[in-house]
Amino acid sequence: MSDGVIQLQEYKSDIKVTWCPGCGDFAVLNGLQKALQALQLKPWMVTIVSGIGCSSNIPHFLSTYGFHSIHGRSIPVATGIKLANPELTVIAAGGDGDGYGIGAGHFIHAMRRNLDITYIVMNNQIYGLTTGQASPTSEKEMKTKSTPEGVIENPINPLTLALAAGATYIARGFSGDAKGLADLFQKGIQHKGFALIDVLSPCVTYNKVNTYDWFRARAYSLEKEGHDASNLGAAWEKANSWPNLDQKRDRIPLGVFYRRTDIPTYEDLEPALRKGPPIRQPLGLENPEALLEEFR
Amino acid sequence: MEQKEIILRIGGSAGDGGTSAAESFAKICTRSGLYAFTYTSYQSVIRGGHVWVQVRASEEPVLSQGERPHVLICLNQPTADIHASHVRDGGAIIFDSDNIKIDTQRLAGAVRLLSFPLARVARDHGNNPLMKNTVALGAAICLSEMDMRVVESAFRAIWGDKKEEVVQANLNAAIAGYNYAEEHGGSLNLGLRYTYKPRLLITGNQAIALGALAAGCKFLAQYPMTPASSIMHWMAEHAPEHGVVVKQVEDELAAVNMAIGAGFTGVRAMTATSGGGFSLMVEGLGQGGMVEAPVVVVLAQRTGPSTGLPTKTEQGDLNLVLGAGQGDWPRAVLAPRNTQECFRLTAEAFNLADVYQTPVIVMSDLYLSEGYRTTDGFDFNVPIIRGFLAADGGEKEGEYLRYKITESGVSPRSIPGQKGLQFAAGSDEHDEHGVLISDVLAGIPEYVELRKRMMEKRMRKLQGLLRDTKGPELWGVRDADLTIISWGSSQGPIREAIQNLRDSDEIAVNSLEFSYLFPFHAQDTLEILRGTKKTLAVEGNYTGQFSRLLTAETGYKPDHFFGKYDGEPFYPSEIAAKVREVMG
Repeated sequence: MSDGVIQLQEYKSDIKVTWCPGCGDFAVLNGLQKALQALQLKPWMVTIVSGIGCSSNIPHFLSTYGFHSIHGRSIPVATGIKLANPELTVIAAGGDGDGYGIGAGHFIHAMRRNLDITYIVMNNQIYGLTTGQASPTSEKEMKTKSTPEGVIENPINPLTLALAAGATYIARGFSGDAKGLADLFQKGIQHKGFALIDVLSPCVTYNKVNTYDWFRARAYSLEKEGHDASNLGAAWEKANSWPNLDQKRDRIPLGVFYRRTDIPTYEDLEPALRKGPPIRQPLGLENPEALLEEFR
Repeated sequence: MEQKEIILRIGGSAGDGGTSAAESFAKICTRSGLYAFTYTSYQSVIRGGHVWVQVRASEEPVLSQGERPHVLICLNQPTADIHASHVRDGGAIIFDSDNIKIDTQRLAGAVRLLSFPLARVARDHGNNPLMKNTVALGAAICLSEMDMRVVESAFRAIWGDKKEEVVQANLNAAIAGYNYAEEHGGSLNLGLRYTYKPRLLITGNQAIALGALAAGCKFLAQYPMTPASSIMHWMAEHAPEHGVVVKQVEDELAAVNMAIGAGFTGVRAMTATSGGGFSLMVEGLGQGGMVEAPVVVVLAQRTGPSTGLPTKTEQGDLNLVLGAGQGDWPRAVLAPRNTQECFRLTAEAFNLADVYQTPVIVMSDLYLSEGYRTTDGFDFNVPIIRGFLAADGGEKEGEYLRYKITESGVSPRSIPGQKGLQFAAGSDEHDEHGVLISDVLAGIPEYVELRKRMMEKRMRKLQGLLRDTKGPELWGVRDADLTIISWGSSQGPIREAIQNLRDSDEIAVNSLEFSYLFPFHAQDTLEILRGTKKTLAVEGNYTGQFSRLLTAETGYKPDHFFGKYDGEPFYPSEIAAKVREVMG
């Protein structure tokens, strides 16, 4: 830390990153470190929580506090951390199987609560760590180890789901656009409320369909097309342009779909937090007799 | 010598107000200076069905719900049909003459019938026929010779924050019932003396919640499930004033993981559930053991398997708790034997969880969690022991080892926000820093050895947990012909059975009671068992889950087993009968 400015290097841990060469998650890691640095957040005031999957190794590669939890439970663990000490910056991160599959229930409820946490989903549309089964975002007809004749379910669209569930910052990034990612993360962390950043993060080993080139041929910037992120109807239309029931896949929007800044966060409304962060509350009872009155 | 007591039973449909009348009666008894005890037999239905409550009150602490009632209040016909024959000789039945018939042929002796139009009297005196329960309550007050001034003060305590009219209407209804009973024979002459000594009437769940607050719990995440829900209800009501975040969450997976997240962040955290919810928490708890996060889990047992009998009691989840989670991880399991221990052991659980940085499970059951008991009070001088914390600046930056291998197995704990002590907790196996050895290091000889050492480090905590907890209590005579072995909430009925057997000079029995179940105090237990002549294990389950733990830990097998799995609590009479049977 020179001149009081925290350098990018200081957000990195000395643990060797173990993702496959070319994995989209590298761009997410770099983008996240850049966003933290841009915001000059103190590493000890940040906690990154993940679930299980290749991408969920991410907390180990940063110098912040980290909690690499069990499959699908990054959001509840992150919620407990945030409510115990709302002064921390809490970021949940993981894969599409982790967040939209086994953890889907928590995902929806965290959004309707509008907790002030940032959720980064490294969406590769496949189960990588378990060597290539279909995921909740695998496209229809995709052939995987568990679907040799092709997927027959419709994929989850995390963005329309987030719109329906009440997330107040909804964005999509792409690992082929590192600069864009850092920007989306930075805005998401700054956002007061639940921020979802779904990142198209290609799996170079198990997903031979949705590759960097495949996305490059289809991706476009919402910002450049003048999308109004305060317009729910427009956000829905853009979010529903891929994936959707019609299996249209010609154009894939990137950027901020929706943002609301006038909705109070869960922390704003939680009665117990009026006293300040629970971590700083004195333990024990000052006047137990008053509590016993109702039992007399 | 039979103790002076009154047993009141009130039955009706759900929604008839029997439960609230019974709770009022227990409160009035407590305010009059008696010890009260309630057991509610209810069903998984909101309206209708058959609900009955037994309130037993005595000058001495009450150990069980007791058996046959002195007074029965029938709020519907099925109550009369099911319970009238249980009323003791010399007792009384209070019922509505307009719509309830009593089959006098089936009564067990001279039972006074207090038959009057409860609903009509309620309408005339309380302006509300629904207050028929209060009219009947007034009659019961007369039969037990309690003071209407106590009734008035109790009503004010119950409805004080509502309108004065509600208090007055209920009081008028109660007085009308009292006067009717007075005009029709008056007191049952049970010989009760009233000292008016102030005490507390509290459920096990309320005592658990109170114990948690006293220990500094600041976070409760819970999903509703009988019979654990009232922990959340009480905590939610008191949460804001005590800075406790109380969160009703989407499921028990969320509940346990949120509590672990809060515990990891340094806040004393808890969740509570019954067996079904606990089943969902299992993976999360193993994670707590692996990342070494403190958390307290209250498991209020009900009848299984599956959703079983949701409103009935059992002690059938011990195997589940002992085996919860894949692999081995250190846990402590406590089972309060009574309301006092609900408070004390819950508070203690928070210390054990912090000191050993691992999940601690407190096992109650419906019988203990939902029943009201009068208690003298609680000792709020609860010690708060946070354990081995990596204090700010106490550890050198870069040298801090969150999972340092130590002799006790406990490592210095930092929490988010502490500068220079960052680490990443991993649910995969990890080294002393927290760096995973699962993905690229596993199987390499050095790391094979390290995995072994990390495992041993964590499991060494069990030795400390054993030191910091207590062995079983041997209660009663030293030189008994039979020793009853039990755990948790069956303490009361067992002790009462033993007292009754002693009073009738039948058999000398004592009671070996466990409230610290795991880690198991094998040496203390064996020492006690060596001095016994014959043993009978009494458990509220089919297979003898605790007996198996006892045998596994000590090699000792109890001579006899009495398992109860009908959903009902233990009655002293059935325990005494079993004793007589095995002593043949």
